[in-house]
Amino acid sequence: MKVFLVFTALVVGTFSEQLFVGDQVLRVVASNEEQIALLRELGEQVDLQIDFWRDPTKPGRPADLRVPFPRLQAVKVFLESNGISYSIMIEDVQQLLDEEKRTMMLSRRMERSASKFDFASYHTLEEIYDWMDTLVADHPNLVSKIQIGESYEKRPLYVLKFSTGGSNRPAVWLDTGIHSREWVTQATGVWTANKFAEDYGHDPTVTSLLDTVDIFFEIVTNPDGYAFTHSSNRLWRKTRSINTGSSCIGVDPNRNWDAGFGDAGSSSNPCSETYHGPYAHSESEVKSIVDFIQSHGNVKALISIHSYSQMLMFPYGYKRTPAPDHEELNELAKKAVSDLAAVYGTEYTYGSIADTIYLAAGTTVDWAYENGVKYSYTFELRDTGRYGFLLPSSQIIPTATETWPALLDILVHVQQHLY
Amino acid sequence: RAMAELPPSHSSASRAAALAAAYISHRHGSPGHGLALRDVRRARREDIDGIGHKYHLEFVLEDIFERDSTVNCTAEVLYHLGNKNSAPDVQFTIEGELKNTDEADNVFYNRIKSLKKELEAENIPDSYGNVPPEMQPIRALAWAASGYVIWQNSAEDTKYQLAQIKRVKQVKRTDEYLEFDYVILLHENVSQEIIPWQMTVLWHPQHGVAVTQNGRLPEHALD
Repeated sequence: MKVFLVFTALVVGTFSEQLFVGDQVLRVVASNEEQIALLRELGEQVDLQIDFWRDPTKPGRPADLRVPFPRLQAVKVFLESNGISYSIMIEDVQQLLDEEKRTMMLSRRMERSASKFDFASYHTLEEIYDWMDTLVADHPNLVSKIQIGESYEKRPLYVLKFSTGGSNRPAVWLDTGIHSREWVTQATGVWTANKFAEDYGHDPTVTSLLDTVDIFFEIVTNPDGYAFTHSSNRLWRKTRSINTGSSCIGVDPNRNWDAGFGDAGSSSNPCSETYHGPYAHSESEVKSIVDFIQSHGNVKALISIHSYSQMLMFPYGYKRTPAPDHEELNELAKKAVSDLAAVYGTEYTYGSIADTIYLAAGTTVDWAYENGVKYSYTFELRDTGRYGFLLPSSQIIPTATETWPALLDILVHVQQHLY
Repeated sequence: RAMAELPPSHSSASRAAALAAAYISHRHGSPGHGLALRDVRRARREDIDGIGHKYHLEFVLEDIFERDSTVNCTAEVLYHLGNKNSAPDVQFTIEGELKNTDEADNVFYNRIKSLKKELEAENIPDSYGNVPPEMQPIRALAWAASGYVIWQNSAEDTKYQLAQIKRVKQVKRTDEYLEFDYVILLHENVSQEIIPWQMTVLWHPQHGVAVTQNGRLPEHALD
């Protein structure tokens, strides 16, 4: 490979960052023996510092010369005045070296392709973040990684963008892992992101979907919490922000949104699992999403994925009044739940949050709905309490597999009812 | 007296059914046999003036060891008005026969009786949801015993599940009973709290599961 040759052809061992800036590689073709002799003489002029990558041998056979930047003018004049034809093969050697170095570093980190990741296991934060880079590298024309902010403990908040082009197309927002102990959700997020990437260009539904809308997918929405579930407390739910005046840590990121903020169904006690925080959007994990969605301006659906309970719900959580779009959201949920059950028989209940699970104030879904995102849903994945948060990893792929048609039902409906 | 039909997916129906399931688990559970709520078929709520709210339920329970094995049940759950110290009343019927697990129970009984050193274990399931096969009966026993604790501590606005066994230690006895001291974590679904709870559990194949002592533990009890 040409690029590889560049690297090996240059000084073995060390190279400094600035050694080859502006140097060019000229491909020279001598048309007769005299010109061959001239080229050989050129090589012998030490002060010119010409480095032959391919020696002049016979007329008609190309010779490749690396010429240092300060000598370029002199060498080109020589070639031209002697009627020796040449072309510029490499415009800037240093640039090529830099690109190559970057590629090599990337591929050293990515030993496996994204689809060889072990989807049937639970992974650490580092493993998931590394996998995201693999996914982007494997599908560069579809997937990119965006950082939308930082967590309380300064971890990057990454979002995978799935887009086939256009300019600010209508978009769908997906998130998993906002409550860190709900491990099957981050795991389902990884599987699902991979599925979008794999199916694009092969599955007609996914292809049509991604040709129309963009998907923004935040897989580890609460990285501080997730790291904590690995290091210290498997059942940690909230963020890890310090609460002034309390020894208790963390805010419930699903009570921190500005929709019915502080109402019944959230707690003002920092020690509570449903503590809403000092004010709406106090948590950077939440604010980053708010800012992203608002500045995007064209998000048409939001699906926030939790576990457990096996439910598919829509607004409202903070009040019992039916949402204006209750009928449509309910019918769509009914269909999605039916298609989910068709896979392995897993039964979900569905309805508004307030009716189906409990009054909950300041939720992601209510905020989205009240801020122009009509199709706002929340899933509670497997199971119904037999294992709860500690769902065996053998159930990751079945959970993701059965949830997939339900997700698609919602996304396709959105695609067909853009507003 | 006013009776209202509830959608089976309604939160109050699922809480009452979870409570009924916990109660039934306690009454019929053993190391070889556990029952968990699968889903709610029908729910009605009766408001009885001066007494409380009574839920009339039809639901399905599944065997925790064999998910395809299910039984249909009916139950009446009465939450007493005002009296927070009184456990809800539960009456139930199970359609058909429950699986006979005498053999599995006896195997477990003999195994524990013949242990040289008292059984001790932690984190069942572990973080990854794993339960070693030899700990399945210990978990089933905790499932049944926690059913009692859940029943005793439930109200209309709570829904408890056993989240994890943090610690279990066998207590050697001179009589025929097996005794285990458990520290469990209960997950309360409405407040989302994780509550450490101690329970002392007695069991014998012919005498069922008894919780002789139990109590909520302070947060730092886990450290």
